[in-house]
Amino acid sequence: MSTMSTRQKLVYGLGATGTLLLIWNLYRVLLVLPDEMQQGAIYRIIYFHVPAAFVGWTLFLAALVASALYLWNKNLALDGFAASAIEVGWVFCSINLVTGMIWARIIWGIWWTWDPRLTSMFICWLLYGGYLVLRGAIDDAGQRATVSAVLAIFAFADVPIVFMAIRWWRTQHPSPVLETGGLAPEMRLPFWLNVFVFLLIGLAITLLRLDQEDTKRELEGLRRHAHAHAI
Amino acid sequence: MDKRNFLYLFYGLSLAWGLVAAYLFVLMQRSRKLRAELDRVKRMVGDQ
Repeated sequence: MSTMSTRQKLVYGLGATGTLLLIWNLYRVLLVLPDEMQQGAIYRIIYFHVPAAFVGWTLFLAALVASALYLWNKNLALDGFAASAIEVGWVFCSINLVTGMIWARIIWGIWWTWDPRLTSMFICWLLYGGYLVLRGAIDDAGQRATVSAVLAIFAFADVPIVFMAIRWWRTQHPSPVLETGGLAPEMRLPFWLNVFVFLLIGLAITLLRLDQEDTKRELEGLRRHAHAHAI
Repeated sequence: MDKRNFLYLFYGLSLAWGLVAAYLFVLMQRSRKLRAELDRVKRMVGDQ
């Protein structure tokens, strides 16, 4: 009989907690919270659009740390963690872009504009998408890990630019409503709860993805072993 | 709830969770293939 590993238990625990909190928060966001006067129902997309960006950036930061540590001690487990975090972060980055475009269509009347915030986020999405494509193109595990780590460090340079874009430049994108008190008090708790829920779900999926990296490493080790014996 | 723009909110939420669901589906498929490949290579190494 197979038993669950600590990581699997953690994945189920985080996933279940995240899902329950999400259901409760969705009920509050969709049915309890008051409407925004000018935007109608669409303003509620903020509860998904912003948390998705926060999760993406958090995972990219985790990948930056893991990549730097990999270059220092050459532990392939760190490379596996960085790859997992970036892949999941990239999915959340895509959610941020897609929900932002839908919101923009209603509020600005356009799907997209080359505004500094949107452009820098799109570049972020391209950089990390490039990272994922690059990993698939290099066969040697050591070389793949080194090149990926360098790219993960280089790509992260864009994240502070995305974060600061609405502070540094006058943009079409709204200025930071969270710091300036632009979000009504009753909307703050569901917002931060959704950030927390997204983080839980993002972490659970990253751990799930990490399992695959472990299996891949085991597979590569076995293949090397088989190849050496065949020779 | 104010019904203005409700359809676009529905599209946004559906796309967001649709992306997560699609990614989870891809992850599951990939895991299944990797496990099958691992079993195959283990058997092959065991035979040698």
